[in-house]
Amino acid sequence: MSIVGTKVIRKEDPNLLTGRGQYVDDIQLTGMTHMAFVRSTEAHALIKGIDVSAALECEGVIGAWTAADLELPPLPEVPGLERPTLATDKVRFVGEAVAVIVAESKYAAADGTELVVVDYEPLEAVTNIEEATAEDAPLLFEELGSNTVAEVPSADDHQSVFDSAPHTEKIKLINNRCTAAPIETSACLADYGPAGLTIWASFQAPHHLRNRISAWLGIPQDQCRVITPDVGGGFGQKINFTPEFFLAPVLSKILNRPVKYSQTRSEAMTSMYHGRAQEQEVDIAFDNEGKIQALRVFASQDMGGYAIGTGMGMPVLTTAMSAGCYVIPNVSVAWRNVLTNTTPIAAYRGAGRPEATYLIERAMDHIAYKLEMDPTEVRRQNYIPKDDFPYATHSELAVYDSGNFEGALDELLEIMDYESIREEQVANQDMPEKPLIGVGFSSWLELAGFGPPGSLEGFGHLGSWESVQIRIQPDGSAIIYTGASPHGQGTVTTFAQIASEYLGIEYDKISVRHGDTATIPQGIGTMGSRQVAVGGEGVKNASIGIVQKAKSIAAHKLEANPEDIEVKDGSLFVKGSPSKSLSWAEVATFSFQRLELPEDMDPGSLDETILQEVPNFSFPSGAYACVIEIDKHTGDTRVRDIYLVDDCGTVINPLLAEGQVHGGVAQGIAQALYEEFSYDENGQPTTATFIDYLMPGAPDLPSYTSGRINTPNPNNSLGAKGIGESGSVGTPPAVINAVVDALRHLGVTHIDMPATPQKIWKILQGGTK
Amino acid sequence: MSYPTSININGNRYDKSIDPRTLLVHFIREECGLTGTHIGCDTSNCGACTVLLDGNAVKSCTVLAVQANNHEITTVEGLANDDGSFTPVQEGFRQEHGLQCGYCTPGMLMAATALLDEIPNPSEQEIRENLEGNLCRCTGYEMIVRSVQWAAQNPDGIPVQIGESS
Ligand code: FES
Ligand code: FES
Repeated sequence: MSIVGTKVIRKEDPNLLTGRGQYVDDIQLTGMTHMAFVRSTEAHALIKGIDVSAALECEGVIGAWTAADLELPPLPEVPGLERPTLATDKVRFVGEAVAVIVAESKYAAADGTELVVVDYEPLEAVTNIEEATAEDAPLLFEELGSNTVAEVPSADDHQSVFDSAPHTEKIKLINNRCTAAPIETSACLADYGPAGLTIWASFQAPHHLRNRISAWLGIPQDQCRVITPDVGGGFGQKINFTPEFFLAPVLSKILNRPVKYSQTRSEAMTSMYHGRAQEQEVDIAFDNEGKIQALRVFASQDMGGYAIGTGMGMPVLTTAMSAGCYVIPNVSVAWRNVLTNTTPIAAYRGAGRPEATYLIERAMDHIAYKLEMDPTEVRRQNYIPKDDFPYATHSELAVYDSGNFEGALDELLEIMDYESIREEQVANQDMPEKPLIGVGFSSWLELAGFGPPGSLEGFGHLGSWESVQIRIQPDGSAIIYTGASPHGQGTVTTFAQIASEYLGIEYDKISVRHGDTATIPQGIGTMGSRQVAVGGEGVKNASIGIVQKAKSIAAHKLEANPEDIEVKDGSLFVKGSPSKSLSWAEVATFSFQRLELPEDMDPGSLDETILQEVPNFSFPSGAYACVIEIDKHTGDTRVRDIYLVDDCGTVINPLLAEGQVHGGVAQGIAQALYEEFSYDENGQPTTATFIDYLMPGAPDLPSYTSGRINTPNPNNSLGAKGIGESGSVGTPPAVINAVVDALRHLGVTHIDMPATPQKIWKILQGGTK
Repeated sequence: MSYPTSININGNRYDKSIDPRTLLVHFIREECGLTGTHIGCDTSNCGACTVLLDGNAVKSCTVLAVQANNHEITTVEGLANDDGSFTPVQEGFRQEHGLQCGYCTPGMLMAATALLDEIPNPSEQEIRENLEGNLCRCTGYEMIVRSVQWAAQNPDGIPVQIGESS
């Protein structure tokens, strides 16, 4: 039986289930100190002075520093738009680091921060795109002359198509600001000793951090080691640079002691990068059959207080994927990035593609409303046919590899009883005690498997490949070292499955090591649903390379031709004569012994390193349907059922794939119904704790009903597309389409995310919107 | 000011002299070095810090260590049997993929252990409601629910063989 495609329980779990995991804050070093930040309480203000003297008197406080004391370069980000490591003359969002304290204990460090006095001269704050782009808007960076830091107009607005189209529609959408909120906040521990610097960091890309920090500090990379031990979730939030990773090494060097930082949740809510926060103006033109003729998108991306690389890239990805899984003859896209006095924006699970899916899937339902068509029918009218791949779009980033969008919808309608839901919907409308029912669809398509050469370089990474090294041990077991840096995805398990399949070595004799720049070949990291499609492909290719050489060794010993050697169940044997065989352990031992090897082979050659490249992104897709129930009296809204058909190409481990989908869907439902990071008019956050930011718990979420289709990815030999972000891409429009569907009989055509009970209650009171 | 505090954790007695404001979770993690119990918030919402105090699930970030003076605590490190074998709850989480990053997991395991102690055969709704105080950002909860159901159905924790499909 093939182990690829099989439900295998995880190698990761035994440690994590017994308290033997090791997250950054779990590590204790001799002489360790604790770092804490003084953070801005103002959204926009000049810093007139900072007095740390009282903090220095505080018991247990070792030192306190401001930007002026340390004279540090800014964080290594977009040239010309860099963010200071500690605020210098000005603060630009609530939560920005202003000063730093180091103390003997966490409690003393926290005490110290309370005693620092910062003299602010408040400035008018801009908290949203409209304010930030107003004519006389206060500027975050006076020297830039504008809060708009990038703007790309469309090449052709296709106005003539709109002028002659039978129907046109204008839609305004807001993709609400969310925070990824992994349950482990940001954390790091720096130990800068005579032999060099070691940083333990809760991060998704250890080599990326190592390379940038060593350059920033001006030390050689060999003397800078980054370890990402167990990491408690990331979701894109932990691929970005924040001040702690840079300050901890600096202060460790000054103090000649290890410096640890473990962030509080309250800090994490305002200082870890947020996601989404994109506004869209969408125009569509369509005919009487519901065929879309033109799509025009203008995306305004809120950057927050500082523009960083991943944040700048969000509208690029959104506008590349705006056409979704549909044939749209005329597409025009434009975008801009705008600074506001809010927490800076970066990637959050899906990163730009949930925003694209939301706009095109809302547009599909608008066509359905206008023409009074069934939403599934409108989609069928517009799907790219399953034989039209590869499919070139308006964007050169997006050349779709494969898919079967109508097939996914067919499968979806197989696993749900659409008709009876519709009957219930109509019946319930007139029964006061029964909830309103709505059903919403999303035919989604995303861009994943980052990526082809140049793609991640655009976000500041060294390359877009992933590293894999496989070393066969003398006893025939195997260790895989990879630059992938998983934090929940189960990569140790899936990579061992792939290696077992192609090496012919038992799953239990394969280990996977990651997250240490001192022992792992230069790697890239875990993001953009790339693990299996890029790294996994590398595991397969490295395994094949090793088996080739193992066959030569076996052939030499068995006096046969390498082409006649087969590998199965832990042994290598001559085709047709299984008695002429060697165990993997024997071949492995010979591989280290000069006298046992063929002349053209060196000892230790069962060791293969690959920097796996891929020629294109991958394009996971699927069809989701959400059934919503709304309490007519209270507006209480819940997802009753959600049906999920995914196409991620080849599945390595169905259990883990399902887990990835569930997690993403949960975050998608959360964005649609519960979560929004908001500010008052002065830029003060109003949802900065888990009390106000409504991350759903177990009773708030439904069970998930899954189906699957498989169109293999033609661009890697595994056929895998990636699955990490699918749920968060596909879900929000399914949920909102369902909410609007439940309220359609009241004349409702749109409701912004999150569709809170308050918003819905108001609609129910007012009758229509 | 420091305060003598004696807490029995997982059958071992820890005598420490502590700052009276020390939270139980910090006592467990920093004073005793039992880092399996995690911290995920500062508002008592996430449940990552859940431990058993005299057999009842509590959020150890909301208890002062001195309040636990002379009481018995069980943390995730104290769950597995002496021979290293898993409890049904631990095994359930492994079999049903009830964890991804593992950060919420110790708290979930303790909350689920307390739940099954009280209600040996909970309904799905009872499981969801009893775990309301434990946030997980990775799993979307369904597999956590299945994990608890597995534990309820397998009080002896029979392991399924690796590679077996179901
Ligand atoms: S750390 Fe105790 S509830 Fe979050
Ligand atoms: S497994 Fe990551 S938070 Fe629950």
